[in-house]
Amino acid sequence: MPLLPTPDTSHVDYDQIYEPSEDSYLLLDTLSSDSEISFLKERFPTQNAVPIVLEVGTGSGVVLSFLTTNSSTIFGHDSVLTLGIDVSTPANKATNETISRNKPRGHYLDSLTANLVSPLRDGTVDMLVFNPPYVPTSELPILPGEEDAEGGRKLDLLELTYAGGPDGMLTTDRLLDSLEKVLSKDRGVAYILLCAQNKPEAVAERLRSGRYGEEGIRWQVEKVGSSGKKGGWEVLGIWRIWR
Amino acid sequence: MKILTTNYISCAVKACKSTSLSFPLHFQDAVLVQEEVDFKPEFITNILPRIEWEALKITAVELGFTTLPAQKPEATEEAPLDPQVLKDLHTLLLETQVTEGKLVCANCKHVYNIHQGIANFLLPNHLALPLIMITNF
Repeated sequence: MPLLPTPDTSHVDYDQIYEPSEDSYLLLDTLSSDSEISFLKERFPTQNAVPIVLEVGTGSGVVLSFLTTNSSTIFGHDSVLTLGIDVSTPANKATNETISRNKPRGHYLDSLTANLVSPLRDGTVDMLVFNPPYVPTSELPILPGEEDAEGGRKLDLLELTYAGGPDGMLTTDRLLDSLEKVLSKDRGVAYILLCAQNKPEAVAERLRSGRYGEEGIRWQVEKVGSSGKKGGWEVLGIWRIWR
Repeated sequence: MKILTTNYISCAVKACKSTSLSFPLHFQDAVLVQEEVDFKPEFITNILPRIEWEALKITAVELGFTTLPAQKPEATEEAPLDPQVLKDLHTLLLETQVTEGKLVCANCKHVYNIHQGIANFLLPNHLALPLIMITNF
């Protein structure tokens, strides 16, 4: 496994933006593992149309920056376009800065303020990466702009980075429902982080049997990275999902 | 926000996705800046298959770029792409950024603001819900 540098995020304000943690580092390790490098190189060879790589929920931008800076190792070439989405505009500003200070080799387009993949056109994304708000909570926090409609509930950007509703799956389920539309038909692939409390084997089974989205696509699903103590309450896994 | 990005997005309102009017979104009051990016002709060539040309032409004209070819340039074995065409595309797609302005959907007329180069696609609650939930209220 190549040892690639972790992007510098020392400029980021962790009072309102998620600080790179065990889950972020598991994504970096998994996306630069021998098995994933070989999968991605074969899927996105240099002579073909540029792949569009989207990270949803970029936070500090550490994962998207890692992919943009190390594109020649991970994809075998620098001919990639990277794009970020976060509901938090401060996170998007932080991502812009993280990428520009970590010597990007692939081409970074933009970070957009949006709710999951809502502004993207169908079939656009070739590789999607999502470190969701996966911690089980009784309900979801409000989004920026919803303060008045929700009777003055206070916006908490940090809570938005982790609170996932029942099973920690409310937001992830919505993203998984949208994969059939947003991923490109011929070569789309997604990397999703799940924790043990998300009941990941059941999620994988729902994906394999076509129970996400409207088209009933039977996805191929494989666990390609994991960390955490088995006795501890947070055991993390990275799941690769592809057609 | 880079011009190439606008070729990959449409209106965030779910009901607009199925209409051709929701793409491309239309610029209003756009403030442009140019930022130099290394020119790699082969990279632009690899981007071309990922571009909806008709939509790009509309966006380009709205921003005052009127030199795009009528048809998407395609390289053949006898005739590789004109380096000047690739350079012009490089300037438009990757070096031109919208720092302030609006993107408007021609279907629902919703306005998305761009501020400090970051476009905001968050919707007010009544637009973010699926239609069926609104009619059930």
